[in-house]
Amino acid sequence: MKTRNLLLAACAAALIAGSAAAEAVKVGMITTLSGGGASLGVAIRDGFMLAVKQAGAKDLEVIVEDDQRKPDIAVQLADRMIQSDKVDILTGIVWSNLAMAVVPAATAQGKFYISPNAGPSALAGKGCHKNYFNAAWQNDNLHEAAGAYANQAGYKKSFIMAPNYPAGVDALNGYKRFYKGELAGEVFTKLGQKDYASEIAQIRASGADSVFFFLPGGMGIAFLKQYAQSGVDIPLIGPAFSFDQDILQAVGDAALGVRNTSQWNKDLDNPANKAFVEAFVAEYGRLPSLYASQGYDTANLILSAMAKADVKDADAFRAALEAADFDSVRGAFKFGPNHHPIQNIYVREVIKEGDVYTNKTIGVALENHADAYAKDCKM
Amino acid sequence: MSREAVLNLILAAGFLVFPLWAWMAEEPFLITLATRAAIFAIAGVGLNIALGYGGLVSLGHAAFFGIGGYAMGILASHAQTYTPLLEWPFLVEGTKSMPVIWIVAMLASALAALAIGALSLRTSGAYFIMITLAFAQMLYYFAISWPAYGGEDGLPIYVRNGFPGLNTLDPIQFFALVYALMLATIAVAALVRRAPFGLALNAARQAPERVRAVGISPYRLRLAAFAISGTITGLAGALFADLNRFVSPAMFSWQTSGEIMVFVILGGTARLFGPVAGAALFIALEHLLGGVSDYWHVFLGALLLLVVLFGRNGVVGILAGQEARRG
Amino acid sequence: MSLTLLVEQILNGMQFGVTLFLTASGLTLVFGVMGLINLAHGSLFMVGAFAAAATAAATGSFLLALAASIAAAAAAGAIIEVGVIRRLYARDHLDQVLATFALILIFSEGTRWLFGSFPLYLSIPDALAGPVTLPGGIRYPLYRLMTIGVGLVIALGLYLLITRTRLGIRIRAGEADREIVAALGVDISRLYTVVFALGAALAGLAGALVGAIQSVQVGMGEPVLILAFVVIVIGGIGSIRGSLVGAILVGLTDTLGRFLLPGFFRLFMDNSAATSVGSALASMLIYVLMATILIWRPTGLYGARA
Repeated sequence: MKTRNLLLAACAAALIAGSAAAEAVKVGMITTLSGGGASLGVAIRDGFMLAVKQAGAKDLEVIVEDDQRKPDIAVQLADRMIQSDKVDILTGIVWSNLAMAVVPAATAQGKFYISPNAGPSALAGKGCHKNYFNAAWQNDNLHEAAGAYANQAGYKKSFIMAPNYPAGVDALNGYKRFYKGELAGEVFTKLGQKDYASEIAQIRASGADSVFFFLPGGMGIAFLKQYAQSGVDIPLIGPAFSFDQDILQAVGDAALGVRNTSQWNKDLDNPANKAFVEAFVAEYGRLPSLYASQGYDTANLILSAMAKADVKDADAFRAALEAADFDSVRGAFKFGPNHHPIQNIYVREVIKEGDVYTNKTIGVALENHADAYAKDCKM
Repeated sequence: MSREAVLNLILAAGFLVFPLWAWMAEEPFLITLATRAAIFAIAGVGLNIALGYGGLVSLGHAAFFGIGGYAMGILASHAQTYTPLLEWPFLVEGTKSMPVIWIVAMLASALAALAIGALSLRTSGAYFIMITLAFAQMLYYFAISWPAYGGEDGLPIYVRNGFPGLNTLDPIQFFALVYALMLATIAVAALVRRAPFGLALNAARQAPERVRAVGISPYRLRLAAFAISGTITGLAGALFADLNRFVSPAMFSWQTSGEIMVFVILGGTARLFGPVAGAALFIALEHLLGGVSDYWHVFLGALLLLVVLFGRNGVVGILAGQEARRG
Repeated sequence: MSLTLLVEQILNGMQFGVTLFLTASGLTLVFGVMGLINLAHGSLFMVGAFAAAATAAATGSFLLALAASIAAAAAAGAIIEVGVIRRLYARDHLDQVLATFALILIFSEGTRWLFGSFPLYLSIPDALAGPVTLPGGIRYPLYRLMTIGVGLVIALGLYLLITRTRLGIRIRAGEADREIVAALGVDISRLYTVVFALGAALAGLAGALVGAIQSVQVGMGEPVLILAFVVIVIGGIGSIRGSLVGAILVGLTDTLGRFLLPGFFRLFMDNSAATSVGSALASMLIYVLMATILIWRPTGLYGARA
């Protein structure tokens, strides 16, 4: 609850300053801060709060709460923030299933929701909403980029693998949407599975020339370690989630050299990014992760809209958000017609800098990439 | 009146006064919180019939909670998209009517409880705990990987279902509905306990041979108790889905079974209002401690531990003392 | 599908089963001797993994890390036995469930408090890295072969401990009749502390061994706990032999199910439907196995008749 006190202090300061101007904008952040998925929520929160601190915005109040990665808790917190705290904007949710539980109801009640992570296809296509913005990606984007990269690298026979749940099915479909070669095998694993000996044996026997996998969190750590031990040396490709800064240290050498796709990396050459990385290290004593960069961009997006319009004037504020007039750490960034980003997706390689495992950008997989669902969106 | 009866009255009244106060004070979120506690209390009242009265420790009640939830989700999602649920052999349309949804939810969970119970009751003790868990886990993995109703992403329902004569979107009116149902299920539980059936069930828990000797099958008694228990928990599931306007496989998870069990034990096993006290205390702790620290689970755990170690038979046990044992 | 692939998958199933046995054996021992349902067993598994990761980071030695995992888990086990668990032996299963559930909350968030939210690094030593070639041309990771070996040695050791040593005699006697053993002058509460610490140490060792090829993070214990319960119930509660058989049965069913079921459905379905139906069924398979076994034999394969 450090954050909360800090914010109360900020509010008090604002009161003392006696700014008779517009009321403070209230942002409710619902994210995962306890349990197994906490590292993602902590990164998003830290990135977000860094941007708020840098801006020194006195007219912005952020309320942070822990959803424990449970959909019903997330709904309950959203109800509280809307009904009691009277927030103007909601943000913070990490997981697609929690987003599906919260976003439709929140936007239907006239609140803005800015997603710093989850981008389920249902909310990008038919279920899109004028008050819903995604500042990270549509769920399929990084997988599509991995498919595009597989073509660039000349792979003709991919073995593809993901957990058996909607995001996993989307991942394999996203890859197949861009990948032009044939498939050596397609496997759905159990959600939360930690032993991949069986799948690795199938990969070895399949005669594939490349392996695409989407295994977020601990599943990816386990797979990479076991793959490295198996002696199979077919190249791996994956979305950035299994190679994020906070996870890589737990994987170690097993990840070295793996190519992965991401909309951001710490070495992207733009002034906003350099400043972000430096400030993040100074503030928190660790390198920022992908999720932290998304939290940071989300906060700056909100701040840029606040500078242009009053949040109570929903139409003006929405137009200000649509303009996305801020310096993204990703470089060029704009919204498509369904309020999802149109952005470059890069290929990165895992390297070791001194003692720290991290990523190096080695190319662009897709330029100015928009998602596949925008055409179904009618706002 | 016994001490426990007085305590029950206080609990029932407190459960009504708190949300009314919140309504006056214009704190709609606190009403939602009380509604949530009342729904969990219903689920606990259901489990208590199996666990408290029948001695059947089920770690699989999430199965019925989830079935109730999905009954609501499936019916309402078809009504919301105007697609029929079934076209052959006869037309079945979705619905947004709460009473219909409740009946379907209770029927579906009753059938599931009969099937699961019939198989599980062949075992006892820790084996029973685990076989009920196994059935719930099967449903959990099925719900995650079954794409038709959203899989792990779950299924949002945009508007709360309706009840004739009430505006269910208004937190206090929805609470009133849930509260009435909570009292109704407690009445059912009281009836079950006092009826000859309940007495026989209690006897079957303590001395199955004697029950068998008078010509009653303990297996059938237990199966009936398990089915009633599952039915009530299924109703709670449907209400929970309506509270959140969302269903997801998380309702089937073993953590859900564990939490329902915690409400019952925390409140006081086999006590009529035990689940009510347990659910209210748990939700209150969760709400109050959540603001204290990121690591509030540590304090929650420590408090639960103190209750188990130093209070016999839960909160109601601590406050009302030992129950006067009937015959 | 080649024969070598099938043999390799059977080996994988064995290895998965043996690692399950390491966790399940401690659980079944505690359950059998003290009649205690310990939900916090998964937390001791996690304690072992975190202790190993911290020690390996500090010293660089895998052997020391394993020793630390055993020591830390045994110590944690002894502390909670003396502080909490021993007050629960006389209570019914319900109080035990609630109290050990509370212990899970304390252990999980306490660990996160100490070590932070991010997963820790723990890897296998270079000497055990990489694959070896087995007869028949199967290339198999050396470390996995070693875990099969360690698991079987521990199974043998537990068998000898219980049948051949004085401690084993006391354990068996305590299982049969607590009061008589106490009356004969055995310090029953010390015996229980020792047994509980032994079970905890086994869980801690399993956590370190498994953590090295999976991931070391908060929450790693709960899925393992559920699987361990499945194993001991299939095998019959309290039976070490049963938990070994149950573990290998679960390991084989899970591994072969994941591997064979999608292929089976491909015989009469299109490819992606078969993949998704097959893997959905595979994820339910061990619970189907457990329910079937319990319906057939209500006290497990080697359980005492009720």
